[in-house]
Amino acid sequence: MTKTLRALLGATALLTLSGAAIAETTITVATVNNGDMVRMQGLMDDFNAKHPDIKVEWVTLEENVLRQNVTTDIATGGGQYDVITIGTYEVPIWGKQGWLASLNDLPAEYDVDDLLPAIRGGLTVDGTLYASPFYGESSMVMYRTDLMEAAGLTMPDAPTWADIEKAAAAMTNKDAEIYGVCLRGKAGWGENMAFLTAMSNSFGARWFDEAWNPQFDSPEWKATLDFYLNLMNNYGPPGASNNGFNENLTLFNQGKCGMWIDATVAASFVTGKDSTVADKVGFTLAPDNGLGKRGNWLWAWSLAIPASSQKQDAAKTFINWATNKDYLALVASKEGWANVPPGTRTSLYSNEEYAKVPFAKMTIDSINAADPNAPTVKPVPYVGVQFVAIPEFQGLGTTVGELFSAALAGQSTADEALAAAQAAVAEEMKAAGYIQ
Amino acid sequence: MSTQSTRMAARFMVAPSVIVLFIWMIVPLAMTAYFSFRLYRLLSPDRTGWVGFNNYVWFFNSPDFWLALTNTLLLVGGVLVITVVLGILIALLLDQPVKGQGVLRILVIAPFFVMPPVAASIWENLFMHPQNGLFAAIARGFGAQPILFLENYPMPSVIGIVAWEWLPFATLIFVTALQSLSSEQLEAAEMDGASAFNRFRYIILPHLTRAITVVILIQTIFLLGIFGEIFTTTQGGPGSASTTLPYMIFKQAIVAKDIGRAAAGGIIAVILANIVAYFLMRGIGRHLDA
Amino acid sequence: MARAASPRKQLITTLAAWSVALIIFFPVLWMILTSFKTEASAVASPPELLGADWTLDNYAEVWSRSDYPRFFWNSVVISVGSTLLGLAIAIPAAWSMAFVPGKRTKDLLMWMLSTKMMPAVAVMIPIYLLFQWLGIFDTRIGLILALMLMNLPIIIWMLYTYFKEIPGEILEAARMDGASLWNEIVYVLTPMAIPGIASTMLLNVILAWNEAFWTITLTTTKAAPLSAFIASFSAPQGLFYAKLSAASAMAILPILILGWFSQKQLVRGLTFGAVK
Repeated sequence: MTKTLRALLGATALLTLSGAAIAETTITVATVNNGDMVRMQGLMDDFNAKHPDIKVEWVTLEENVLRQNVTTDIATGGGQYDVITIGTYEVPIWGKQGWLASLNDLPAEYDVDDLLPAIRGGLTVDGTLYASPFYGESSMVMYRTDLMEAAGLTMPDAPTWADIEKAAAAMTNKDAEIYGVCLRGKAGWGENMAFLTAMSNSFGARWFDEAWNPQFDSPEWKATLDFYLNLMNNYGPPGASNNGFNENLTLFNQGKCGMWIDATVAASFVTGKDSTVADKVGFTLAPDNGLGKRGNWLWAWSLAIPASSQKQDAAKTFINWATNKDYLALVASKEGWANVPPGTRTSLYSNEEYAKVPFAKMTIDSINAADPNAPTVKPVPYVGVQFVAIPEFQGLGTTVGELFSAALAGQSTADEALAAAQAAVAEEMKAAGYIQ
Repeated sequence: MSTQSTRMAARFMVAPSVIVLFIWMIVPLAMTAYFSFRLYRLLSPDRTGWVGFNNYVWFFNSPDFWLALTNTLLLVGGVLVITVVLGILIALLLDQPVKGQGVLRILVIAPFFVMPPVAASIWENLFMHPQNGLFAAIARGFGAQPILFLENYPMPSVIGIVAWEWLPFATLIFVTALQSLSSEQLEAAEMDGASAFNRFRYIILPHLTRAITVVILIQTIFLLGIFGEIFTTTQGGPGSASTTLPYMIFKQAIVAKDIGRAAAGGIIAVILANIVAYFLMRGIGRHLDA
Repeated sequence: MARAASPRKQLITTLAAWSVALIIFFPVLWMILTSFKTEASAVASPPELLGADWTLDNYAEVWSRSDYPRFFWNSVVISVGSTLLGLAIAIPAAWSMAFVPGKRTKDLLMWMLSTKMMPAVAVMIPIYLLFQWLGIFDTRIGLILALMLMNLPIIIWMLYTYFKEIPGEILEAARMDGASLWNEIVYVLTPMAIPGIASTMLLNVILAWNEAFWTITLTTTKAAPLSAFIASFSAPQGLFYAKLSAASAMAILPILILGWFSQKQLVRGLTFGAVK
């Protein structure tokens, strides 16, 4: 026998060994690598103690990769996962397709009526709850109190876009590498388009009219994009067309941004240990233009069970553990109230201890200010504040996001970008059969 | 030595490779060809059916298609030029009797051991970042404005990163090839008063022809399919400035979840690859007298 | 090419060689340095070197946050397994192409290489479905097969070029002595080709180790290798340069060390028939 062959046989033997059976129920939980989920994995001792018969295998991946793997699995009925982490965009679409198991029969201790109505509404299709929120977020303005003070300005409780521009102009000091405002510019339906779609709501714009005709040729979209480009070109950091949530968070924590309008969950990071400006951050509602809608979004990372899972009971046990009130108390006892997953339960915001967390009130006010079922000034046929809950939106949003990102990079004008967006979206909507 | 029985045995022994590779090629290819004529969107399972050439037409009509095609060729060509030219120069250096040759070699081939997504994120975050990157710090040190690599020079940046990944491969092959060059020939040439350039031009370069051919051939095959580095760094942007054909397919398959279009793009990419291979073989294939 | 050179010239070439090598290696070095800094120090501007905040916390956190040994072991099994399986299939094929060449041998080689031309993303769904149907999704054997098939053309080509350099007379002699075909391959050919086989192995282990599309797409938990480990640390919320650097260093270090010990072999063997 040659060495090669022997080594080969050895490898085969190892492979066989690894297939040994395990007696307990093993569930596979797929999740994104965001801070709150990583914290949950650190608290698994509690779950294991309460449910020794259930073993949890984690698949932790970066958001884009996770979404890709989970979507492929669920759309082809792969059945690899028992619990998946998805957002408010996916839940209504997948629920309607029959891809998710109903969570209406979670035990009474789960207390479904305690969920924040706006969040619960986004995860319910025709009276069936298809996912349990793990944390919810809206968006708001985070700003540097010291820079505002130095500029002799005070931030209003409910600023307008004009207030934001004024503050950005006053705080910008490019020689000291301080930029008045940092906003998302990186192309993607969940990156710059999440921000711009929410912003456009406050300018009275909408993606589609009631008959699904795209609206990028409207004056409202033109006003939105012009304002955004003007703001970023004058007061934003260089290279902003490649900045997403992560990049802006880093810049803000380094003290390079006067303001940052982004997810409410960022509040705990900018006031956390990695931030150089932790004690100089103020929070206020996302801006508006006096039209009745603010430029903030609504999102909830939620746990759901694929209909193809063979272990739905164990999966439900896990979801109940990870998203009920006891879990919030568990995190609070181990890591402090500031690290509790925010934005899912009414009871959390009536808790006196939690009220001491600096960003608690602004988070709940922002979440309550968003309405996924009536997101825009003018009527629309779709659900979703910073997205349109149709299967085609990921492709559409990314295409439009690229065009707007190119405009931010100075490769095209706002008018060119809007015209191209209108043409591209109209073509896709025709191909998808929404319009003739 | 080709008796009847050895020829039989030879066929028998090459068969497993040919069979498994054929299956590995034909089954996905057939499925892809099938999907390319279908309406198949992962998230809209109710809408299916034959769509003729619609998916192909979409690609050809897409405003990004020709740009993506150009970028694909630019990426392959750019990386090839950089790796071949720098690879030869570095190989010549490493071939000199210098101190610490072993350590030098491992330093030079180290990029080859770095996973492509890691390589891309090192370059993006630690070097090219307009505020926190090392390049920006150096630019500011000289009182200059940092260069916005990924915004203003997306294609050159991507080409640079990929070239860094593949430079070790090219260098290694050239180093190996140089080792077999007879030193007597070079010494004789030196005695005859041939300049360093002439020695390179008339002795070393001809000796390296085969090595260059191999580098071009193997790298082209790998480079034609690259999209991970683009996804990590520029995401094909800004706009579609750094979108290549594989990245366009990636967007259809992964972002838009339109498997039909992605399949059509795949077939187009295979045809493109075959065209490139054809010209490659016509251009340099004769050096490969296998 | 050891020619006598003037000391001055030697000094210049040494300096030049070292500068070039350090420039090429620098990104890796910088990543490793960054992995030992605190997150704040990692993004400090101007970059900190001597005054940096050095720490081992990133490694501790990365280690405690995920099951590194399992990812590592999967990477080892998959990359070594696919290479060995590939060699087992490729050695006979390369033998027959080298010693019993036909008119179409070159075309056959080119055809084999051309199987690598389909962009991975385009066949993602077909391969995904196939793996589900065959029940080898998220198994190490599935990944071994996939990576073996991906690298098989390269393996065959490399081996073919090494075998071609072995003079046919030796095989003739063995045959005269009555050696069977099997014995001929095992006892005569293989030992002579050991250096070539070794560098083929090395190159393919590296290629398989670094593969980061199929290894993530076709796995969930059981078979996920280090590429998936990296994907669980890239682009999370928050400052991440230092932790990402630490995770990256942990992923590439094993293969870097392997490369360190085998660089002589790689340098000698990576010819692809490029040398006559």
